Amino acid sequence: MTTEARLGSVANYVDERTGAAAWMKKNLQKVFPDHWSFLLGEVALYSFVILLLSGTFLTFWFDPSQREVIYDGSYEPLEGLKMSAAYASTLHISFEVRGGLLMRQINHWAALIFMSAIVAHMMRVFFTGAFRKPREGNWIIGIGLLTLGIVEGFLGYSLPDDLLSGTGIRIAEAIIQALPVVGSYLAYFAFGGAFPGEAFIPRIYTVHVLLLPGAFLVLITVHLMLVWYQKHTQFPGPGRTEKNVVGYPLMPTYMAKAGGFFFIVFGVTAFLAAVASINPIWLFGPYTPGQITAGSQPDWYMGWLDGLVRMAPPIETHAFGHTISWNILIPGLIIPGILFTGMALYPFIESWITGDKREHHLLDRPRNAPNRTALGAMSLTFVMVTLLNGGNDIIATHFDLSINQIMWGTRFGVLILPPLAFVITKRLCLSLQRADRELVLHGRETGTLLRLPHGEFVEVHEPISPEKAYLLTSHEQAPPLELPAIDAHGVKRAGALRNKLRSRMSIANAEAIPKVSATELKEIEHH
Amino acid sequence: MKRLSRYRRHKAAAPLLLFFALLTVGATFSVASATTSAETTSADRSVQIEEGRQIFLKGCSSCHGLNAEGMQIAPALIGVGAASVDFQVGTGRMPMADMSTQAMRKDPIYNAEETAALAAYVASLAPGPAIPSESSLNYERDGSTAEGGELFRNNCAMCHNFAGQGGALTQGKYAPTLMGVEPKHIYEAMVTGPQSMPVFSDKTITPEEKLSIIKWIKSAEKEPNLGGASLGRVGPVTEGLLGWTLGLGLLIGVAVWLAMKAR
Amino acid sequence: MSNEIEAIKDPGLPAHVHRKADTDPKAAKRAERQVASMFLMSAFGTVLLIFSFFFIPDDVFVFVPILGNQNAHQLGLGLGMAISLFFIGMGAIHWAKTLMPDVEVVAQRHEFRSTDSDRKDFVSAVKEGAAASGLGRRSLIKRSLGAALGLSALSPLILLRDLGPLPGKELEKTTWKTGTHLVTDPGNRRIKASDLEVGAVAQVLPEIEDPEHRKLSDIAKDAVLLIRLRPEEFNLEADRLAMTHDGIIAFSKICSHMGCAVALYEQQTKHLLCPCHQSTFDVTRAAKVIFGPSARPLPQLDITIDDEGYLVARQPFSEPVGPSFWERNSQ
Repeated sequence: MTTEARLGSVANYVDERTGAAAWMKKNLQKVFPDHWSFLLGEVALYSFVILLLSGTFLTFWFDPSQREVIYDGSYEPLEGLKMSAAYASTLHISFEVRGGLLMRQINHWAALIFMSAIVAHMMRVFFTGAFRKPREGNWIIGIGLLTLGIVEGFLGYSLPDDLLSGTGIRIAEAIIQALPVVGSYLAYFAFGGAFPGEAFIPRIYTVHVLLLPGAFLVLITVHLMLVWYQKHTQFPGPGRTEKNVVGYPLMPTYMAKAGGFFFIVFGVTAFLAAVASINPIWLFGPYTPGQITAGSQPDWYMGWLDGLVRMAPPIETHAFGHTISWNILIPGLIIPGILFTGMALYPFIESWITGDKREHHLLDRPRNAPNRTALGAMSLTFVMVTLLNGGNDIIATHFDLSINQIMWGTRFGVLILPPLAFVITKRLCLSLQRADRELVLHGRETGTLLRLPHGEFVEVHEPISPEKAYLLTSHEQAPPLELPAIDAHGVKRAGALRNKLRSRMSIANAEAIPKVSATELKEIEHH
Repeated sequence: MKRLSRYRRHKAAAPLLLFFALLTVGATFSVASATTSAETTSADRSVQIEEGRQIFLKGCSSCHGLNAEGMQIAPALIGVGAASVDFQVGTGRMPMADMSTQAMRKDPIYNAEETAALAAYVASLAPGPAIPSESSLNYERDGSTAEGGELFRNNCAMCHNFAGQGGALTQGKYAPTLMGVEPKHIYEAMVTGPQSMPVFSDKTITPEEKLSIIKWIKSAEKEPNLGGASLGRVGPVTEGLLGWTLGLGLLIGVAVWLAMKAR
Repeated sequence: MSNEIEAIKDPGLPAHVHRKADTDPKAAKRAERQVASMFLMSAFGTVLLIFSFFFIPDDVFVFVPILGNQNAHQLGLGLGMAISLFFIGMGAIHWAKTLMPDVEVVAQRHEFRSTDSDRKDFVSAVKEGAAASGLGRRSLIKRSLGAALGLSALSPLILLRDLGPLPGKELEKTTWKTGTHLVTDPGNRRIKASDLEVGAVAQVLPEIEDPEHRKLSDIAKDAVLLIRLRPEEFNLEADRLAMTHDGIIAFSKICSHMGCAVALYEQQTKHLLCPCHQSTFDVTRAAKVIFGPSARPLPQLDITIDDEGYLVARQPFSEPVGPSFWERNSQ
């Protein structure tokens, strides 16, 4: 039987039972637009798969128990010491299981890359406005994935029960304990009694290995299905409209490129795991609450939280026999809560400001949405300042600075620098718009000088291609909302204050350098 | 000779004579001051103490006072013992290079003999911790690596980091790295509590336990980095940095290549 | 409005530019060879992985530039795996880029909104179904269903009750009692006041009957730091001074902020630094907070000596140690 005939009989077998040919024929030809920044989400997706694979390997040897054992493995500096079975089994994986250390390192590097890719992908989606209708739901799912990723990573590196991650668990317990009214109860329920107890590691193992991966699988599936069904967005350009998708078909081009990229992500992760040591828990020692190491930090995706907690003013209220630790609740729960809620609701906030209720499938070039881009820069600055403070002791020792100076610097910096970043970024966007306008009207500066017959020197400008001109002028420039405070009958409208705020924000949002029109271009051409 | 004396009034005669005289004196001095490292007798010791006092007056008294009584900028050295001097001078911390936040380890200014003399002088001022003898520093034989690790994590890691890489203290001070430090100096530091470091009494950390700590530190120093390059052994900060730069950087690089049109 | 101003027209998709491999068969063959050599490189990586796994012992070290001394077994495994994966990817991508069709295809997006008739049908289907269930009419069913579902939601919460004991007063108690001896950690040796020099620090735990089986949950509240200063260096109220002994002062080592071990003692400044969030405590002023996010000083342990000169606690801690909680009644 020829290959074709063999394939044919397999296809026939499946199709007779499922009717698969109908939907497969459509989907094998599905068109995907091409841009390198669209691969950031893929990096996250593939990292997730790598985490599942390497993680499963680890579960075959890891013992998630806090019962005390005496170490008798091959690592001499810990010989005969008391430690939990979790820590001892992690040592066993690292030193006696062939490929064990590699898998541990792949799991941890993949986690770091997973989180970096999620953040980079989120930034791409944000700065290009891909979260607008009809993709608001997918954005919220994405914020959910980001939040779950932070928790999953924290739980993952806490499983070995070493000195560094145990310290992190102590801090997590202090946050739970600080909750008003229910704090001590929730802490005792989570830990099965007093800290550290013997129940926490086994319980977070279940969360890390079963519950959260299950949640990820569901959320990622919905996330991808939405992208599949709603079709991916695309950058503006010649031939691209709100009503089409321009790109390459799934089979064979995208299968090869996207499939190949999975191996690239896995390969780069394995490369990092081969050449860069990560989380050497045998050097940290087993966790005991009486010990601590200088330079205690969580992994980077929680570093900004650590930085916030460090810079918090020492405020606690004691009243009527009760204590509320604002110095823990505000940086640890309230500020992150506001931040993540704001992020999740942003598509709705933006459509409220712009009054734009239409579908968008063409992306914005970030410069053409100056307010949004400036807001993103502001949030990034906030995260970077807090992240810096999270590592203030490491920075101090390496750059000969003082932790006190860095702390005060970031205390003020976190309030001053983000608004500064907003203003600077907005101005940068507007000047880029101006540069675009110049480019369309006057063409590209070639650097060649020409002497005119009457003696004047001019720089030769090369007109840009019609494709480029279209790219630089195809974006929308919506005017601000019209929200009169007084309606047609002279009555003051309800919600006047809200409308005033909305109107003000809408005006600020609509600030832009007017793009070049066809009429203007014609005038220039006749110049 | 007659030929030479003809030039006695030459204008170069005086400077030339001076030069040769200095050369002779200098050569004689360096020959005479070179000594052998022999066992010091009690007579030798008092010579050594006097030698130490001379070095002290020249190089230390401007900050520590003419009788080591201390001044505004430097503490008194009465009772700090030979061990303190051996540590501070032996690691090059003293004389301090500049009046910055704290003395840092650098190439020692004084050689072993001068350091011993200084130590003897300061020890003569009042009783204090003595320099540990070679035989009492046999950490390989008398110490236990595992116990040393436990002790290190309990007493040292909070300042010097889990792998002895050093850590930050307040106001720009720091606990330095313990890598590449002589076992003798580690012992002396624990006993004398230099600068910000507290004293670790022999009763709360016994001499055997101190040797165990040294044995662990030396083992950590020699221990190769399993699983790749070490990234400084300072934890998640450098790991996160590498993940973002090399990790995501490489991947974005490949992504850009992937989306580019082939030639 | 941009609608009123005439926008620059869309010139349409740019003309397709052919790749070398599209027109030149030699270039195509070259691309094919490049793809094949990448796949071969991957195979080499797999061989390296297998070879390292079985044949390189794990105590061999090689010097590698930039990385330093590396374990050959680990490096072989890791690089072998990295190469075997990476080059499959490179091969596939290069194949797609050079040889697979790269003509841009245009597909139409479809409207998401259902047709009006579909919407009407949907609404009527829901309405009819709801009416058929009778839920609207039969309020007895509705109310009892609500009660049943609401109550059943309680069960999972109740079933989780045994996750942990109630805290009770446990957060406020430690092992320290009147007469408890201070012992070294590790070592469990009693400490005499004369054992400590001025400027000395000791990690301390309460003496218990079975020191070999000390619980971590107890250490998490019992850990104490012992510091000796000169008595004249203290700047304390009389009642706090009375809790010291001849310049020796004891504090709970568990940070009053979030529970890390506060043990960085700066001998010259007499400051204690917590490495987690940089809370700084002044030992001469009963661990008063002078920098950082902690809102309370470290609890001080009242110490004295017994007739043999060993340090003992005169009474338990007068306040709960460690991080704050709702029920904590601070002065």
